[in-house]
Amino acid sequence: MMTSMKRILRAGFLAFWRNSVVSVASVFVMTVTLSVIGSIIFTQVTLQTTLAQISDKVDVNVYFVTTAREEDILAVKTALEGLPEVAATEYVTKDKVYQDFRTRHENDSLTLQALDELEENPLGAILNVRAKETSQYASIAQFLETSDLLKKNETPIIDKVNYQQNRAAIDKLAAIIASSEKIGLFVTAILVVMSILITFNTIRLAIFTSKDEITVMRLVGASSAFSRGPFIVQGIMAGLSSAVIALAIFYPLTYWLAPFTTDFFSGLNLFSYYVDNFPQFFLMIMGSGIALGSISSVLAVRKYLKV
Amino acid sequence: MIYFDKVTKTYLDNLKALDEVTLSIEPKEMVTIVGHSGAGKSTLIKMLLAEDEPTTGSVYFESVDIHSLKRSLLTQYRRRIGIIFQDFRLLPHKTAYENVAFAMEAAGRSDEEIESDVPYALELVDLREKIWNFPSELSGGERQRVAIARAIVNQPDVLVADEPTGNLDPMNTYDVVQILKKIHDLGTTVILTTHNKGVVDSIDKRVVTMEKGKIIKDVKHGKLTL
Ligand SMILES: Nc1ncnc2c1ncn2[C@@H]1O[C@H](COP(=O)(O)OP(=O)(O)OP(=O)(O)O)[C@@H](O)[C@H]1O
Ligand SMILES: [Mg+2]
Repeated sequence: MMTSMKRILRAGFLAFWRNSVVSVASVFVMTVTLSVIGSIIFTQVTLQTTLAQISDKVDVNVYFVTTAREEDILAVKTALEGLPEVAATEYVTKDKVYQDFRTRHENDSLTLQALDELEENPLGAILNVRAKETSQYASIAQFLETSDLLKKNETPIIDKVNYQQNRAAIDKLAAIIASSEKIGLFVTAILVVMSILITFNTIRLAIFTSKDEITVMRLVGASSAFSRGPFIVQGIMAGLSSAVIALAIFYPLTYWLAPFTTDFFSGLNLFSYYVDNFPQFFLMIMGSGIALGSISSVLAVRKYLKV
Repeated sequence: MIYFDKVTKTYLDNLKALDEVTLSIEPKEMVTIVGHSGAGKSTLIKMLLAEDEPTTGSVYFESVDIHSLKRSLLTQYRRRIGIIFQDFRLLPHKTAYENVAFAMEAAGRSDEEIESDVPYALELVDLREKIWNFPSELSGGERQRVAIARAIVNQPDVLVADEPTGNLDPMNTYDVVQILKKIHDLGTTVILTTHNKGVVDSIDKRVVTMEKGKIIKDVKHGKLTL
């Protein structure tokens, strides 16, 4: 049994090298497929991380008018905290807002001068509200619009609420993720079919060039594993080679993309992500490569190598 | 041991390559099948090897209908039959030794068995010095002897040879016939087909004559009278 295994593997390796010119096409298309599968994962991870961070960072910011009294603001805060959708609230006092503004404009003497000329703090307090989930911002917003607490003697104490802008950004990103997922699946499906067809054809050619050998095998009563095995090994070899190439390509690719993703997408370093998750990537890409190679070769052998 | 029961093989154009052939072959027999070209000799061999199905009738090997065998059992069955063809069918990129060893590898034999049995088989066919030559470096007779070594190395019960001397000159034909007789003397059933009168005469064993898909003559010690 072991001896047969060894012989089948050896014959498969030999056939793979002997047909390497023909195998190039299938290795190439499988490498492309596996790289695309990997790139889709990278894209999804980048977008998901960005979404998570935006959703996390973004609050509903309630700007109060300067005349709003602290006790009224605290009443709003308490009411909001009572809502099941609210994860946390943060009250930024008028003075703190004023200080923050000054620090932000430290180097802008003109603005500071103008501020100093005013007798009173022109800035109102802010209440930052964070929802438990992105989808819940709408109901918080609705609460803010209808609540009685937000008016004092028919004068509104709220200047403005800025959830709207962020919400649009979040929705847009979520839509991008959803459609990129769909496009990714579609492209992958096409490439998978192409890989299988081309590898199938490679194995078919290998079977035809080994016709004499197969005839002799049948003549001497070789088992079906002995005559078919080497071709399946050959298919798996092509898949494995492609996986190794794809995994190797991701190394410089993510390294090169890392500064870009770090700056523009929420600080996710793609390269460290790849290195940190290498075992998972290895299993995924290798597994896909082996699956592609063995499916194609099993199909080819079943069709063209009758024992 | 082998029994053809009213085997008929009709090809597409309604041509009867075999027409109700009934034939019984005993263990350790040596049978020569003769007949004009197109008489159905090769078709008979094909039926015995289960390479093709008979249109009607059955072929039995040790009372088992070989055309009803499942694939794995069919493989087992084929290992009990050694086969030689007119065109040798050696693998060109393997040496004589490797060609013979390949048959044992395919049959799943161990490396130790291969190392001991391959030289023995090659010796039996008188091919000692040239075992590391490739087929292209061997004469026709030598190639056929490698093919015989390959056919017997797994110790089959039956050796089947379809026109084994068809491509050989008289000297090599004589050698091959002697080797086939030696194998028969060692206890193997041998079935061969031939056109060659000299071959039939020198074997001097059972001769079955075919014509147009039928057996028209079957004699114990045959001289060829076509
Ligand atoms: N695969 C096939 N398809 C159609 N007809 C076939 C096929 N194989 C053989 N025949 C026909 O069957 C008949 C018997 O052929 P077979 O090969 O058995 O003859 P043979 O006795 O071996 O002849 P030879 O001495 O020339 O080898 C011939 O008429 C041949 O044309
Ligand atoms: Mg013939």
